Amino acid sequence: MPATATAEQEQPPTQARSYRSWSRAWQDLVEGSKQRQLWGHLGWQDIKQRYRRSVIGPLWITLSMAITAAGLGVLYSALFHAQIQTFLPYITVGFIVWNFMLGCLTEGTETFIRNEGLIKHLPAPLTVYALRTVWRLTLMFAHNMLVYFVIVAIFWSSLSEDGYVLTPGGNQEPGISWSIVFAIPAFVVLAINGGWVAILFGIISTRYRDIPPVIISLTQLAFFMTPIVWTTDILTKLPTGGAPPKWRILVAELNPLYHYIEILRAPLIGATQSWHHWVVVAAFTVVGWALAMLAMRNYRARISYWV
Amino acid sequence: MVSIDVWNASVDFPIFDAKSRSLKKAVLGKVGGKIGTEQKVPIIEALHDISVHLKEGDRVGLVGHNGAGKSTLLRLLAGIYEPTRGSSRITGKVAPVFDLGVGMDPEISGLENIMIRGLFLGMSRKQMEKRVDDIAEFTELGDYLQMPLRTYSTGMRVRLALGVVTSIDPEILLLDEGIGAVDAQFLNKARTRLVDLVARSGMLVFASHQDDLLFELCNTAIWMDEGQMKMQGSLREVLTAYKGKDPFAHMDAETIERLGQPPVLTSKSGEV
Repeated sequence: MPATATAEQEQPPTQARSYRSWSRAWQDLVEGSKQRQLWGHLGWQDIKQRYRRSVIGPLWITLSMAITAAGLGVLYSALFHAQIQTFLPYITVGFIVWNFMLGCLTEGTETFIRNEGLIKHLPAPLTVYALRTVWRLTLMFAHNMLVYFVIVAIFWSSLSEDGYVLTPGGNQEPGISWSIVFAIPAFVVLAINGGWVAILFGIISTRYRDIPPVIISLTQLAFFMTPIVWTTDILTKLPTGGAPPKWRILVAELNPLYHYIEILRAPLIGATQSWHHWVVVAAFTVVGWALAMLAMRNYRARISYWV
Repeated sequence: MVSIDVWNASVDFPIFDAKSRSLKKAVLGKVGGKIGTEQKVPIIEALHDISVHLKEGDRVGLVGHNGAGKSTLLRLLAGIYEPTRGSSRITGKVAPVFDLGVGMDPEISGLENIMIRGLFLGMSRKQMEKRVDDIAEFTELGDYLQMPLRTYSTGMRVRLALGVVTSIDPEILLLDEGIGAVDAQFLNKARTRLVDLVARSGMLVFASHQDDLLFELCNTAIWMDEGQMKMQGSLREVLTAYKGKDPFAHMDAETIERLGQPPVLTSKSGEV
């Protein structure tokens, strides 16, 4: 024996026995978050990689968002007889936020699958890969926000006006004011939620490879079910006048994605902010992270076997 | 304090084929009642009942046939695989150099790969920037470092990987057999650096089929066979048993003394 096999080495210490432990899951989270330079570098690398050898590089993200926003904005403001000055910014912001959430869901499922090579060759906390995904999406969000700033600059007079409406006869919105600062905590909360989505869905998808296609097909439906290209005004007011049945508003209210979008969209376009969205989002954040930690506790050590 | 302790560890790989890897079995299997027998995921037992205790200064060679579990054992020692049964504890900064194609991004430049490797091994960006020149000089890749990694030959990749791990002072160095791909001249250079490194810090575990590399770098050895540890002892003993002949027999006394290998007969039996 090369090593001195003393009596204490014959038996493992108790803390080394169990791989399903909360402390190890927590340690993974803390250690992973500390390696900020690593996941920061990897996330940025992903963006650069995607647009390598293209002339305008990551600005393609911005450009494709601008084209989509302009197209959808013009079409849907015509369909809903809405004023383009306010409806186009509404759709743009909704679409930018949706893109971030969509990324968390679809790319989150592939967090560990895509990093198979690294996971099998270098020991690192799993959290690093989840943060790499969320950071990449955050950078894309930042690129898309350029479109937002341009559009706000163009339509500033309409958006800052108190009492503007999105669709004819809709709710009166207060207009952009100092309350725009709520967008900052709102995005932080969204990114925090991206973390648990990437960890939880990433772990499940690594084990069951059917999950990513399931998520992708559901997100398509979710996009149309969520008020992004349409507004909740339509749910509460009939175009012909008169009150629609009460249940119609539940289409939006029962959809968690609506609340996520609303906490960030409302301050950015100066729409009415409601605290109940924050409550719903906070509840989902707590439950989501609890589930993610449970998955980390039970299956963290299995990921390298599954990928 | 650098140490690796593994107690009765086994590593079982579940093999999910297309069918068993779906939700269908997990969900429908329970709902649908007894269709067929209980479907269990087939398992490959890559390592069975391994107990290893390594401490500072150990330089261990891993020998064994292909598929004997050398690479899996290295990954177990790196903490990449946590044992399915049994337990392990790793104390110290681990730097692995495994399959050289994987774990590096072929599309980005050598410099970028150096940076990412370094960050993974616990360095900061600034620390790595300081070392880049040193690595460039050691690997002799020069301007080639600006090229994407896919243009590199296997030997050049090995140079890069060795350049990174030897520049960052890891406490536990784990090398898989791939490093044999470099030319003799570079190997000499790397050898000096590796010996230095091991002398300075911690521990080395090295899987190789090349006896001369093992002689230079290791003093003890583990013989893996079919996922089990067949033998553990001094390098000479293990190699003699593994090869069926004493690999030191043809060497002159001076070389043997330089390598510090005691003759087989005088050392104690280390069979496990």
